[in-house]
Amino acid sequence: MSGEAQASGATISELAAPDEVGARDTARSTVLELRDVVKEYAGTPPVRALDGVDLSVRRGEMVGIVGPSGSGKSTLLNLLGLLDRPTEGTIALDGVLVAGLRDRQLSALRGRRIGFIFQTFNLIDGLDGVENVALGLTYAGVRASERRRRATEALDRVGLAHRATHRPSQLSGGERQRVAIARAIVTDPALVLADEPTGNLDTRTGDTIIETLSELHADGSTIVLITHDTAIAQRMPRRVTMRDGRIESDEVVSR
Amino acid sequence: MTALETLEPSRGRGDLPRPSHLRPADVLAVGSVGMRTRRLRTALTALGIAIGIASLVAVMGISSSSHKDLDARLNALGTNRLEVQAGQSFTPGGTPALDNNALAMIRRIGPVEAASGITTVSATVLRNNFVNPSETGGISIDSTDQFFAQATGATMASGQFLNAANVNYPAIVLGATSASRLGIRSVNQHARVYVSGHFFAVVGILKPIPLFPNLDTAAFIGRPVAATLFATSLAPDTAFVVTVPAQLDTVRSVLAATADPAAPGEAAVTRPSDAIAAKQAVDTSLTALLLGLGGVALVVGGIGIANVMVISVLERRTEIGVRRALGATKRHVRLQFLVEAVLLSLLGGILGVVLGVGVTIGYAHVQDIKLSIPALAAAAGLGAAIVVGALAGISPASRAARLAPADAIRPL
Repeated sequence: MSGEAQASGATISELAAPDEVGARDTARSTVLELRDVVKEYAGTPPVRALDGVDLSVRRGEMVGIVGPSGSGKSTLLNLLGLLDRPTEGTIALDGVLVAGLRDRQLSALRGRRIGFIFQTFNLIDGLDGVENVALGLTYAGVRASERRRRATEALDRVGLAHRATHRPSQLSGGERQRVAIARAIVTDPALVLADEPTGNLDTRTGDTIIETLSELHADGSTIVLITHDTAIAQRMPRRVTMRDGRIESDEVVSR
Repeated sequence: MTALETLEPSRGRGDLPRPSHLRPADVLAVGSVGMRTRRLRTALTALGIAIGIASLVAVMGISSSSHKDLDARLNALGTNRLEVQAGQSFTPGGTPALDNNALAMIRRIGPVEAASGITTVSATVLRNNFVNPSETGGISIDSTDQFFAQATGATMASGQFLNAANVNYPAIVLGATSASRLGIRSVNQHARVYVSGHFFAVVGILKPIPLFPNLDTAAFIGRPVAATLFATSLAPDTAFVVTVPAQLDTVRSVLAATADPAAPGEAAVTRPSDAIAAKQAVDTSLTALLLGLGGVALVVGGIGIANVMVISVLERRTEIGVRRALGATKRHVRLQFLVEAVLLSLLGGILGVVLGVGVTIGYAHVQDIKLSIPALAAAAGLGAAIVVGALAGISPASRAARLAPADAIRPL
């Protein structure tokens, strides 16, 4: 692939049929596209964590990626979140080919098109709820007053407006994860990536978190949730099962 | 031609979001998060720099205050005074002396404003006739005239100096140290002292004479009475001269020959203010030493900051990962930790300048000298703090920036 084309940020769908009428619409409706993605880690012999993964996520979908530990879930998450680059294959996010992007461009793409939710919440202790939620907007160069307004709005969406000025240490686990969800949606991202979002919570609190994510999905958000918990995966409209670095099954459950 | 090759380079570019960027105000906010959350550590780390900067500012402040005080003192004392000392006589048993008419001749030099002289008197001064004659207390006796005070810049602590009337009588004026050794504080005591067999009335007590500190341990009697009672020579062995300031060098060049025409090469002409300035110059090397120590303290403080920053980067791996996930570029992470190191150091610098200025004010107050705080020292202190912080922060900040986001975000 030529460097010029890589930097041009075209989608894989466009590449497949550039002259076809409606190709652009298809591109718009696809948020995430992975093709023949391989990820190897150095070692003797090299460890192949992902081995030829093809995955396409359309706008508005809610996908559960499930698999036992060692199946390549975390590696996949790193690649989906643009936190790492594949050894082989192509990834396109929201119409942009990721390969060949510079750090600044990749960071901007990550910051504004992806919302992250982590198992350990990963809130910053020195900042209160609003400041934690607004952090991503800071790196987008948004003015402070505008950041506050949007962060308060996002906290309101997850039902935490009343805890806006509390520090993470003053919040319960469930509340912390809600702040993290608010942080993930404040930039109105094309994709919300949740990595074992209920892993550090009791079952009941975990359920409310899944409900919150489902509500976001109902409002139109695209959500990819990675979990080893099959019970949670069962509740996803689409389930992708991983095993040994490959996609074992990809099923859409109609409700 | 493949599909890729048909793509126009610009196509799809619009889909890329604007590159991440931080507003200048946010750079400070982001860089101060660590300091705000770990206050004790911040305070202790800043203290290291504060001590270094404080010592630099205090040393420069004290040195500057001392210099300013000296300049003021020298200006008050006058740098237009000269002293002529007779050369050592090689005649056995002879005492060194200037010419008999030395003072009259010196006064005839045009730009000379005042001149006086002293001659050592072979006598001892005791508090009374019961004191053991060997316990002189180190007080010497000189004969002089009524122009002495004007020529040396001496001022009275009590009473008056010798005048034309009492130079013929047993009247004595005590130097500041002599008076305190004899236990005489005021002429109102109507004290008499015992000078080798004769009682002398104390008519005056001098204040310390800054330009001629050796005169503080002397006592002065009139030239005629010294000649009568102790057979003291009328020729002065030391002369004090005040000149028109602009003509100092001219007077200086002719003074030795005027004061001692017989042996002009032996009379030594000095400017007493030079001695004080030279003493100050010796202090300068001490100042340099103290500045060096302050510099060492600053370097140690800088190493402390670097150490704390390295720990901070290790502790805040996840935060770095989260920031990267939220759109921070490598540059933003590097900037965050660099700004934190500089802020930490700057905090220490501000504290140090305040401390240093405080120490200078305290010193000036205790030593009763003029206060001078060079703005340059304060500015240099803050500048040094910023430089030290930046140097200490470079390596830890680069390490933070190099962390791969995927590695940083997961707990180890």
